[in-house]
Amino acid sequence: DLPALPVPGDTSVLAGVYGPAEAKLSKELPDRAALEVLLRPKVGLPGVLERSREQLLRQTCEAVVLGVLHPRTAITLVLQVLSDAGSLLSCCLNAACIGLLDAGLPLSSLFCGVTCALDPDGTIILDPTTRQEQEARAVLSFAIDSSERKVLMASTKGSCSIEEMQQCLAAAQRAADTIFQFYRDSVRRRYSKS
Amino acid sequence: MAAERGAAAEACVGQVVLPGDLLLLPAQYDEDAEGERLRLSAGAAPVGRLLCGPGLRRCAAGLLVTKCGLLRHRPAGGGAYWVDSQQKRYVPVKGDHVIGIVTAKAGDVFKLDVGGSEPASLSYLAFEGATKRNRPNVQVGDLIYGQFLVANKDMEPEMVCIDSSGKSSGMGIIGQDGFLFKVSLGLIRKLLSPKCEIIQELSQLYPFELVLGMNGRIWVKAKTIQQTLIIVNILEASEYMTAEQRKQALAKFSGN
Repeated sequence: DLPALPVPGDTSVLAGVYGPAEAKLSKELPDRAALEVLLRPKVGLPGVLERSREQLLRQTCEAVVLGVLHPRTAITLVLQVLSDAGSLLSCCLNAACIGLLDAGLPLSSLFCGVTCALDPDGTIILDPTTRQEQEARAVLSFAIDSSERKVLMASTKGSCSIEEMQQCLAAAQRAADTIFQFYRDSVRRRYSKS
Repeated sequence: MAAERGAAAEACVGQVVLPGDLLLLPAQYDEDAEGERLRLSAGAAPVGRLLCGPGLRRCAAGLLVTKCGLLRHRPAGGGAYWVDSQQKRYVPVKGDHVIGIVTAKAGDVFKLDVGGSEPASLSYLAFEGATKRNRPNVQVGDLIYGQFLVANKDMEPEMVCIDSSGKSSGMGIIGQDGFLFKVSLGLIRKLLSPKCEIIQELSQLYPFELVLGMNGRIWVKAKTIQQTLIIVNILEASEYMTAEQRKQALAKFSGN
């Protein structure tokens, strides 16, 4: 039950995790925890884009959270976008992971989000800004897990060839190492105080 | 691209571990079958069962870490590994002593809020000296200190206020007045450790009654409301204060 706040660049998302708490009868699952993700944009009401992002986040988190340890409970993850300067989906993924980690929910591994943008001339840009995303030919977001750098989620906007996608994936897996090191350092700092 | 899988468990004791880390155990724990054979042939004494505590799960290759925190090890009795993590949400565990708030009386059973995902049930016969004629005087909103008889992920948790011999040993309804507040689970474990200086230092300040629940709830009662509130604030702040800061804060109050 704790909010967590990571800030890559100028995009920032506040994550709050609540649970395992009592689930409504209509939503409870008999053998695992029911995970719900709510994404609130900075301005306006949540629309279809937020709903589709919530589904992507929910499926990624369900792959990692050990829900079988808490059957018939509900875990709620609330993400509030504080500022958006590009790479929002991967920022939400990172915030979600740190939130789950902070709340003490049992996880089988960590995950991180990396966004790649493909320039019209084929250069790969990692963690693009909003302007770079708009000018790019394709924007790919990956969720990478920490144990074997496998892909948990891939979301693409635009068109690219299979080779280009493989190259973006390789670049994302390399970038994931930096993010996991950041997680480790933050946790180390937190536990060094006690 | 594959990172090295697994570090030796002993090497990581006292360090921060993250979910997804794999801890490798020394070979002696894995060879259960060989251990049997050794026992029969009067060879080296068998190592005994390794206990896998909170935050760890047994998997084929070793122990998988599921929560972030500091890895701890206790060599006694076959050895135990667990992860010391900071959490605020309580998950009921059998045998834990907790403070519950009565939310409903349903016939012969009280429903208690213990801070978990489900309300716990407490039978009116689970008090010392309670019979069908002699019912305990429990109202909605009362505080109860009891322990879990049944607490697993599949069933509704059940509490009792007597131990296995029928004595209450400090459990039961918590009296009137006093102040109930919630702290993180890590602080409770720190306060319950054998040589806790915080409680010793506080008891030199004012006399007070204290009940610690493993679900993060603390009940304090001192002579006056002001003393109670001072103790509450010091306990809440002691999670983040170092020992020197705490001694300074206490010195300020004992000077008054």
